[in-house]
Amino acid sequence: MKKAAIELTNVSRKFISPEGKVILALKDFSLTVNEGDFCAIVGPTGCGKSTTLGMITGLNPPSSGSVKVFGKPVTGIDPNIGFVFQADAVFPWKNVIDNISIGPMFRGKDPKTAREMAGEWVRRVGLSGFEYHFPHQLSGGMRKRVALAQTFINEPKILLMDEPFSALDVQTRALMQDELLGLWSEKKASVVFVTHDIEEAIALGDRVVVLSKGPGMVKSSYEIPLTRPRDVSEARYSNEFIHLSKQIWSDLKDEVQI
Amino acid sequence: MNTASLSNTANKPEIVGEEERKAIAKGVNHHRLVIFLRFALAIVTLVSWELAVNFGLIDPFFFSKPSAIYEQLATWLTVGTAQGPLWNELLVTMEETVLGFLIGSLLGIFFGIALGRNKLMADVFSIYIKVANAIPRVVLGSIFIIMFGLGMGSKVALAVVMVFFVVFGNAFQGVREADKNLIANAYILGANKRQVTFSVVFPSALTWILASLHVSFGFALVGAVVGEFLGARHGIGLLIATAQGTFNAAGVFAAMIVLAVVALAAEYLLTAIEDKLLKWRPTQFVEQGM
Repeated sequence: MKKAAIELTNVSRKFISPEGKVILALKDFSLTVNEGDFCAIVGPTGCGKSTTLGMITGLNPPSSGSVKVFGKPVTGIDPNIGFVFQADAVFPWKNVIDNISIGPMFRGKDPKTAREMAGEWVRRVGLSGFEYHFPHQLSGGMRKRVALAQTFINEPKILLMDEPFSALDVQTRALMQDELLGLWSEKKASVVFVTHDIEEAIALGDRVVVLSKGPGMVKSSYEIPLTRPRDVSEARYSNEFIHLSKQIWSDLKDEVQI
Repeated sequence: MNTASLSNTANKPEIVGEEERKAIAKGVNHHRLVIFLRFALAIVTLVSWELAVNFGLIDPFFFSKPSAIYEQLATWLTVGTAQGPLWNELLVTMEETVLGFLIGSLLGIFFGIALGRNKLMADVFSIYIKVANAIPRVVLGSIFIIMFGLGMGSKVALAVVMVFFVVFGNAFQGVREADKNLIANAYILGANKRQVTFSVVFPSALTWILASLHVSFGFALVGAVVGEFLGARHGIGLLIATAQGTFNAAGVFAAMIVLAVVALAAEYLLTAIEDKLLKWRPTQFVEQGM
């Protein structure tokens, strides 16, 4: 039995507007992610997917319930956590190598070591030759690679991803998914991957959790039996994949309303 | 991945074909036309001004004329002004302006960022800043003259006040507008509050701050000149006040030209600094034609 890396127990999260209006984003939400597990979360818009991630980072504490990371309650930002954002969160005034080396620099590494580490990561995400380019000179996919390297260089034990590839075109997205699985498989961090895309969730996850519409609760949870290492672009044509995809869609359909 | 086109945008594009050459030629021609029209406009204005005075359409007592202004400038440059050589007067005004500009912008940047990073302080002070911004700050000149006397201090103080609020307001706004995602990202990557301020908030606010520096150099000049109007022993402002006292319209215009040249040079310098500091920003592609 693997140990739990992330435990959310009966958490609720309220947003209270200055006018006193209360919005309940999550209600009695429980979720456990084991060490080394890749957990994908799908759910309709506004069901509190991003809120969940915010609570795990410690940036937005829950209104009630408990959040534990490696058995300890979350009080601040845990250094074991890495986060990949939906929008571009690379620093536009820093070039590629400075963007990647900033994590180790923040954590007190001297600039020389940090840059050497960053140089290694530039190579691993396939950006050699672009070290001194600024983000605006890169394509969306390349900026995402910078973001991945920026996160992975800190060797997070927990990796939170908030629809990281949703802004990319379909082809680039497939490539980035393969890239992510490749990087992930080396260290096997515990991942919570939030997405809108059912196929992306199945292709990447060990487990897919479906949330109900807001206030979010776990509606159903599927183990994904596809073997690893996976080739994302191939896996999606297998019968198993299509079957799962149909099942999850039928769950999700009731929650999505226009 | 469009590697080839990306590396091109980083450097100057090579001239490859007929189409590119045409586009470049079009751009050059447009630029030449603009320069020509600018000169033409200036010459037409000056000549018609001069002629209008000669034909008695405009009274030179109030509006002077280009040739008189030119003579006044020439006298100032060769013989000197009533208060001493023109360069000395200009130097005094410049010193007041630059000092006021530097002190005012440094204070503005410091307080703008400090207040922008602290919500409670921001909420408390914001009302007073609005009030202070609404008062015409030039009136403080009189108080400064009383406080610091006729010397340089009072003019620098006025220039500082003029500059401070503009830079402060922009630095404050820049901090508030800093991308929340970037800040969250920095915290998760391991930054502490100080590191976030210096490596995320300050660079984000820099665009706003630099924009305000353009305007505020002009304000510093206004502060210095108005200070000299109110009471001084040297400076371009005093030159204007003296010319006004002797009904010398040409002197007023001549001093205005001197100030304009200074302001233009400063603007040019600031743009160069801005381009250097903000080299990470995307270059603007200019579409030709409609």
